[in-house]
Amino acid sequence: MAAPHGTVTVVTMALEDLYREVILDHYRNPRNRGHLEHADATAQGVNPLCGDEVTIELELSDGVVTGVAVEGQGCSISQASASMMTEVVKGKTRAQIGDLVAKFRGMMSLEDGVDPELDPERPGSVLGDLEALQGVRQYPVRIKCASLPWNTLMEALSST
Amino acid sequence: MTDLAHLRADFPILDSGVHFLDSSASSQKPAPVLEAMDRFARTSYANVHRGAYRLSLAATDAYEAARRRVADFIGAANPSEVVFTRGTTTSLNMVAFGWGIENLLPGDRILTTVMEHHANLVPWQMVAKRTGAVLDHVPLTDDCRLDMRVLGEKMVPGVRIVAVSGMSNVLGTIPDVPAISSLAHAVGARVVVDAAQLVPHAGVDVSTLGSDFVAFSSHKMLGPTGIGVLWGRMEALEEMEPFEGGGEMISDVTLHDATWAPIPHRFEAGTPPIIEAVGLHAAIDYLDSVGMDKIYAHDQELTAVALERLSDVPGLVLHGPAGIEARGGVVSMTMEGTHAHDLATILDEGDVAVRSGHHCAKPLMRELGVTATARASFYLYNTEDDIDALVAGLRRAGEIFGVR
Repeated sequence: MAAPHGTVTVVTMALEDLYREVILDHYRNPRNRGHLEHADATAQGVNPLCGDEVTIELELSDGVVTGVAVEGQGCSISQASASMMTEVVKGKTRAQIGDLVAKFRGMMSLEDGVDPELDPERPGSVLGDLEALQGVRQYPVRIKCASLPWNTLMEALSST
Repeated sequence: MTDLAHLRADFPILDSGVHFLDSSASSQKPAPVLEAMDRFARTSYANVHRGAYRLSLAATDAYEAARRRVADFIGAANPSEVVFTRGTTTSLNMVAFGWGIENLLPGDRILTTVMEHHANLVPWQMVAKRTGAVLDHVPLTDDCRLDMRVLGEKMVPGVRIVAVSGMSNVLGTIPDVPAISSLAHAVGARVVVDAAQLVPHAGVDVSTLGSDFVAFSSHKMLGPTGIGVLWGRMEALEEMEPFEGGGEMISDVTLHDATWAPIPHRFEAGTPPIIEAVGLHAAIDYLDSVGMDKIYAHDQELTAVALERLSDVPGLVLHGPAGIEARGGVVSMTMEGTHAHDLATILDEGDVAVRSGHHCAKPLMRELGVTATARASFYLYNTEDDIDALVAGLRRAGEIFGVR
């Protein structure tokens, strides 16, 4: 018979770790959504297997990202990752962004266990909210969702 | 409720406790299928149609026995009308490239539908580009049925081939292929049915189905991957050129030319999937021992239960016909504010395996106004327990994503 209605389901730790509140917040209220008036670089990333889409527009001034906008559709992980990414790239140089991408990719490929360096509350945390995406590592199939905006960002930067 | 629960013991993978609701993508395999392939590989294996030695003859006998078994299963009087392929996709490409390229002229019309799997759409797009034929599509009604009124309007002289799904892998919709075939034949068109879902879940009788070609895969009907079938009415197969050249498909070869072997061998270039043919034979024996009528009824009963229990999951939207009439055991769904991939991840935590994404039917997703759905599909080994686990997982997803 059907499960009784209104029962409280306990969310397992892994799921809780994946769907942290900060991720759900960025998914529901994506930052820097839309288009730039004058984009200097644009790239579109598609995950053909699952259909996630991200389009990134950048405004650049003397090698510094001065504006960023994102459009797209897809799962909470890809869209939250894109939203969080826009918050950390503004004001950064290409080299700094390269470092961020390396750090992000490193975070995605860490072995099980939490790196104490990656704590969103830690003062000076470079990845900021993005560190909440650590939970994704436990779901290898979803890593490509989290990485899509970053790969697209690199593509946009290399197009200029 | 049709009680098939006793069959679960035949499927070793179910011992893991998985609630397997992705049979539309590929089905699980019962022990008799695995054992038949193992036994054949250990005792009777060799290449077919080649050796003069006894082992090769035994393998050839087994391979041709599988062809006769398939013919019998689908009601084909002539086993030579059964072509073994790599799967439904190859079967459909064989018709598109072997029949389409040979027979279509600029301005001819190819009529298909908006609910096709990419395998019955993209090959026709390719063939339309090469031949100058025009590709047209039949829409759906509000109830996700094929719009037969529009189909009738579009079935005009000049339509040469009609490519239609026998059962939608996203909606479960089962179009009226006999009626479509009558209309098509009245304007001189051939009909090819993508029966990848229809054959495993409802069975077909080609003597009454009406179509000229039927394509299906072994792996969706309890058999192994790597083998599928193209059935063609003999006169339709005679209009088709081989899609691949190579060994086994020739009658004679000189340095500059070749003549074809008789049908079906001319369409089976290279070493065929031999062990897989034996597995498909065993799968058909298994399906027949249960009975296709019973399997279809079981799928339908589970679908009815699912539609009812899913209807009060908060924020859940079901995509497909409202009722179960002429509908297979497929339920596609979206949840407000929650992406299908997130649903699938959360369901997986409760050992519920569903497919999420566009299901190789992106044009249909656009018709439905969604980018992805989560899809639960049923087969003979599923039970109401699986549906309860699905419902519980969806409720949990709703809680995580704050769906009211």
